[in-house]
Amino acid sequence: MKKIDKKRASWILKTMSDIRNFENETHRIFTSGEIPGFVHLYAGEEAIATGVCAHLTDADYITSTHRGHGHCIAKGCDLNGMMAEIYGKETGLCKGKGGSMHIADIDKGMLGANGMVGGGFPIAVGAGLRNKYLKTKDVVVCFFGDGAANEGGFHEGVNLASIWKLPVVFVNENNNFAEATPQWYSSGSKTIAQRAEAYDIPGERLDGKDLVAVYEAAGKAIDRARKGEGPTLLECMTYRDYGHFEGDEQKYKATAGKEKELAARDCIKEFGTYLLSEGLLSEKEIAEIANTSQKEIAAAIKFAEASPIPRPEALYEDVYAN
Amino acid sequence: MTRNITFMKAINEALEQAMEKDERVILLGEDIAGGAEVAHLEKKNEDAWGGVFGVTKGLMPKFGRERVIDTPISEMGYMGAAVGAAATGLRPVPELMFNDFIGFCLDTILAQGSKMRYMFGGKAKIPMTIRTCHGAGASAAAQHSGSYYGLLGAIPAVKVVVPATPYDAKGLLLAAIEDDNIVVFSEDKTLYGLKGEVPEEYYKVEIGKAKVKKEGTDLTIVTIGKMLYVALEVAEQLANENISVEVIDLITVAPWDQATIIASVKKTGRLVIIDEANPHNNTATDIASVIGNQAFDYLDGPIKCVCAPHTPVPFATNLEQLYLPNAERVLETAAELIDDLKN
Repeated sequence: MKKIDKKRASWILKTMSDIRNFENETHRIFTSGEIPGFVHLYAGEEAIATGVCAHLTDADYITSTHRGHGHCIAKGCDLNGMMAEIYGKETGLCKGKGGSMHIADIDKGMLGANGMVGGGFPIAVGAGLRNKYLKTKDVVVCFFGDGAANEGGFHEGVNLASIWKLPVVFVNENNNFAEATPQWYSSGSKTIAQRAEAYDIPGERLDGKDLVAVYEAAGKAIDRARKGEGPTLLECMTYRDYGHFEGDEQKYKATAGKEKELAARDCIKEFGTYLLSEGLLSEKEIAEIANTSQKEIAAAIKFAEASPIPRPEALYEDVYAN
Repeated sequence: MTRNITFMKAINEALEQAMEKDERVILLGEDIAGGAEVAHLEKKNEDAWGGVFGVTKGLMPKFGRERVIDTPISEMGYMGAAVGAAATGLRPVPELMFNDFIGFCLDTILAQGSKMRYMFGGKAKIPMTIRTCHGAGASAAAQHSGSYYGLLGAIPAVKVVVPATPYDAKGLLLAAIEDDNIVVFSEDKTLYGLKGEVPEEYYKVEIGKAKVKKEGTDLTIVTIGKMLYVALEVAEQLANENISVEVIDLITVAPWDQATIIASVKKTGRLVIIDEANPHNNTATDIASVIGNQAFDYLDGPIKCVCAPHTPVPFATNLEQLYLPNAERVLETAAELIDDLKN
């Protein structure tokens, strides 16, 4: 696993900032009514997508969730193309035909956000099977929420990855709520990580607000997968800043106690403190990264707004290949 | 060289030739080899089953377990894995043992594989062929005898083919595996032992093109799968009454060949469709609707559909025989059109 040096630290902080700014701006614009449909925001969970994808190249694959903007950004998807996609514009990464829940860029190894909760498990297994069959050293990361852990696909996907020793890392983002229903109500097992034992693979629950903790656990799991030693299940405890979707009143969230304390934590600020204490970046450098990120997101919004809507004929295009 | 081989052998040969031609072709399914990690079988490089009907027999010993992959009984897992492998460059051929098991894995086809290309703005291709089997007549009862090719054919971006002869089985399967889309290749389990002329070499049968199996001038009968043989029987009986029947084997259920049927109806003015699926929201009703619209002016009478009743498939042999469309029912249902011809 590569250490977090200055260059890496800058990339991580920039990526986390991009996600936060992208989501905060999406929240603002959605509230103004300019974005159609519904969006699920990733703000608050940046440490997970970033800490994991810091170990990946374009040749590695990820599968994502309905809360996928963070994974897309961390996997290197173009910010302009992403924003235009959310606006439903022709210049979007998916020509405006996918929208927030289906952003994908296969050239970047991003196999798609996914509107089906738990839909990514078997797809990740298939990409892992492909990597093993072609004898590559590439890995697959399957991001999934605590809600998806209760879908049948979790069992089938993790079991297949285990018996075939596939290079797949299952990264659970446990933000405490599947839509409006708590994880502690929904799961028979106390933790999701403990289920790893049933499949005879390593499992670990960790602090998903702590970038360094995620970076290290993911690094270990990804190294293991690259060496052909099989899958790992990571459960990253986190919290989403916004509701399940935009417009959610979030009546279910705690107003005091441990959950409230978790909600109050800011993973980007915490990482900034770490960078200063380790002497990896200066205050000035941190401020510059924040500034650049804001500018880039503002430019993405401009790009999206100025882009044309899809041509009517696009309705019929790209159904069949050839 | 052409030999007389079974429908099952034709499918097996197509898989073998597709795998020889392209290393990206892999097979996945439950017991498609059988006996994985059983020491005494591994030692002899032997498959235990080669599929529940023996369709894939001998392929594991030839190509190895890396390419002929026994899966656990885990339809969502391996069907979705086939989608993932196809999206990342392989050409998987998963086998769904019976089409009645589709419920276990429908999400991977309905919400994932079939929509990826469109949702991703044309960036993805999902070249996978789902082999499965359908059909009543084997005393397999309600959960192993249904015909759901029409249900799958209703999904945009999914192609569905239903061969009726060994020749078409081989050529269609090779075409399906070369196709860059999801193709469901639905085998009628009661046809596995049927023999027919099949060339030894690699060849393809065009997907989306129906075949006129018998030319005629008075009545068009369109068939799906083994219903071809019902239609040929009807044609023979009517020939005795000097009624000339044109028999069209649809071959591809989705997207089905409108041009061939319209051309035939323009000639005959009468149309009967035989489909052993349940009678509502199926391929036959779809054909009737489209042809009713596109060729109304050429029709001399109503379009008739002969289908299974709107029931599950019964177990008792006599009831199962009543369930399946047969020549007698076709003649009865089509009486109005045929009587007109007799006058």
